[in-house]
Amino acid sequence: MGEVAREQIEFDILIVGGGPSGLSAAIRLKQLVPSLDICLIEKGSEIGAHIVSGVIIEPTALDELIPDWRYKDAPLNTSVQHEAMFYLPNELKSINIPIIKSIMPQMNNAGNYIGSLGDFCRWLASEAEALGVQVFPGFAGSDLIVEQDQVMGVIVGDMGLEKDGSQGSSYVPGMELRAKYTLFAEGCRGSLSKKLMQRYNLRQGVDPQTYGIGVKELWEIPQSKFSAGYIQHSFGWPLDDKTYGGSWLYHFGNNFVSFGFVLGLDYENPWLSPFEEMQRVKTHPVIRKHLEGGRRIGYAARALSEGGYQSIPKLTFPGGLLIGDAAGFLNVPKIKGTHTSMKSGMIAAESIVEALNIKQKDPMIYQFRIRKSCVYDELYQVRNIRPAFAKFGTKIATLYTGLDSMVRGKFPWTFHHCLADNDKLKPASLCLKPDYPKPDDKLTFSRESSVFLTNIDHRDDQPVHLKLKNPAIWKTVNLDIFKAPETRYCPAGVYEVIDEHNEDQGPKLQINSQNCIHCKTCDIKDPTQNINWETPEGGSGPNYSGGM
Amino acid sequence: MKVIVPVKRVVDSNIKPLVKSDGSGIEINGVKMSMNPFDETAVEEAVQLKEKNIVTEIIVISIGEIKCQDILRTAMAMGADRGILVTTDQAVESLSVAKILKHFVEKEKPDFVLMGKQASDDDMNATGQILAAKLGWAQGTFISKLELSEGKAKVTREIDDGQEILELTLPAVLTTDLRLNEPRYASLPNIMKARKKPLETVALTDLGIDLKNSLEIVSIKEFSSSRESIIVDSVDALLDKLKNEAKVI
Repeated sequence: MGEVAREQIEFDILIVGGGPSGLSAAIRLKQLVPSLDICLIEKGSEIGAHIVSGVIIEPTALDELIPDWRYKDAPLNTSVQHEAMFYLPNELKSINIPIIKSIMPQMNNAGNYIGSLGDFCRWLASEAEALGVQVFPGFAGSDLIVEQDQVMGVIVGDMGLEKDGSQGSSYVPGMELRAKYTLFAEGCRGSLSKKLMQRYNLRQGVDPQTYGIGVKELWEIPQSKFSAGYIQHSFGWPLDDKTYGGSWLYHFGNNFVSFGFVLGLDYENPWLSPFEEMQRVKTHPVIRKHLEGGRRIGYAARALSEGGYQSIPKLTFPGGLLIGDAAGFLNVPKIKGTHTSMKSGMIAAESIVEALNIKQKDPMIYQFRIRKSCVYDELYQVRNIRPAFAKFGTKIATLYTGLDSMVRGKFPWTFHHCLADNDKLKPASLCLKPDYPKPDDKLTFSRESSVFLTNIDHRDDQPVHLKLKNPAIWKTVNLDIFKAPETRYCPAGVYEVIDEHNEDQGPKLQINSQNCIHCKTCDIKDPTQNINWETPEGGSGPNYSGGM
Repeated sequence: MKVIVPVKRVVDSNIKPLVKSDGSGIEINGVKMSMNPFDETAVEEAVQLKEKNIVTEIIVISIGEIKCQDILRTAMAMGADRGILVTTDQAVESLSVAKILKHFVEKEKPDFVLMGKQASDDDMNATGQILAAKLGWAQGTFISKLELSEGKAKVTREIDDGQEILELTLPAVLTTDLRLNEPRYASLPNIMKARKKPLETVALTDLGIDLKNSLEIVSIKEFSSSRESIIVDSVDALLDKLKNEAKVI
């Protein structure tokens, strides 16, 4: 297919991604300069369709952005009332860890709100639109427009392509959206952010980013079991000491329970399955008792950045900048990133206004302002906690966390993330295969029935958006050494080994891309990063409903 | 020619509907809503007729809460010229919808009404027929092909034993089958233009139409799919089970 002539539209500012950071940036820009022409695009079919989080929101950034949010129907109605933290030594026992607020202030959730981040983003989008921001869900930024080393905007993808890349009957060519500055708010492991990091060497001199995958279920439980504002976290079983992860369980809204499990993607055992670990942890009595008798109404998964301070890349380049989890502003010990994402979007907005005034191509002022901000302070304070888990294992790192928190991270050292997550896998032959229980369809479920709950939609005959850079590597590395870990880490069953017993051709990898729920784990964890995640047709992917 | 295309806002067809725990209805809070796919087909057909210079004006109408504006904007992004939203918080059944549409047909005097044969939420398949009866107009239902000429509409209907071709005298109510066409994607510039097209909002209570619901929803239940399945080892075993266990042959 040759070059197609693309229509162009010009804006002052273009924002790629309709999550908390992108929407906060849009709102702040309009508050500062109402005349700015701002366009925000979102690959999900509507705002919130691809948003996944626990979520407990610390309202600091929101208080600053929309001080009267409590009077504006913001969907944050459940404040945290009681919290508990459990260490699970095995599948039956649990040890309640007291949260001493004076020692670990980051673990204290008083004053925070439980909600659905998708609903929260829908609300933020309505605020942004009321200010005149042009919000376009269903349009995926598929490529960068770079001219004379400057980012001029993005291309929103073609619609109506056939499987082989040819133009179908309803084909609409993508367009060029151009702007003076483009803000990339794609969330963790954004596909354009990844290109930007490569093109502008943004990761030079910083630690590799390390990630986690969060797998979530939404439950509706009987009124008799519901306790609004109760939150609990667990760590330990079913993971071994050197694997980082744990569960969350929040009672909120109308008899809703948000339950989920985060697994550090620096795990070594290629037999591990984040999905099955999440299913298995539900059978522990401290979790089971909350969910039994309820019904599961939602399922979702998404990767998140865990590298923190050490892994923050250079944030600006000519024509634009990175905000939110695309940059990696999640605070891991706090298990929160919404407030830092929002704050980074707001700082970006303020910096962009200054850069516009002095016509600075590279809005470097943003990098400077972030360094001086509370976002940086809070990430610096907790910088050693996540790497301590990789270094010492869960038990010792838990003790270390207590010590480190007592001095508010003022130890004179900084631990580093030495390897990228994909380099951590050990050969399958050296690792134990966990024995995952079969789903009972009441408390525990299969991948298939889970993906069904994501309301997923990819038009069947569009090109596959997950590609192997070198297909030959799959057999020699993924299959022979690691026994196809993608069939286990993918929470949606996208990857499948077929023809396992075909002696002529040997096994093959089948990519069921229409199942993809856009979590980005494959792009991160594939042993040689041979899998490349690109945006499918705009509006494709999961349609997470209210409450998720 | 002038055409009215009524459109309904329904739970998006990709969403697996969730029955509320008290069985009173389907959960729509926070759920993605879209234009009824049958109505989308009707909008597309109207736009194609306008592109062929047969239709000169397309008016889209929706009834419901203020959020229904979004599907009217989508229809206008596809090519409709203007929208009318009749706002109400109450559920309106087919008969009421037909009465409201009749009001606008009498006011706007279109040459024909083009609408989905049914809505994908309740599958009633009644509004078009009731509207035609109320107006005393000809009706062509389930159409998969439409040819317009001066004062006439030639339609191909999808019926049980094949296709039926009818010629109707306009004005008429035409209801569309999904086979009629493939609705277009709304392009970004067209979405931007649609945001500036006229959209009139009227409260249902201001129309002075007497509406009473004659239907009552008793309860809504989830489809149970917990049927057990087994694999039989031969055709004979299957026949035996069908004969002696299921007793269906």
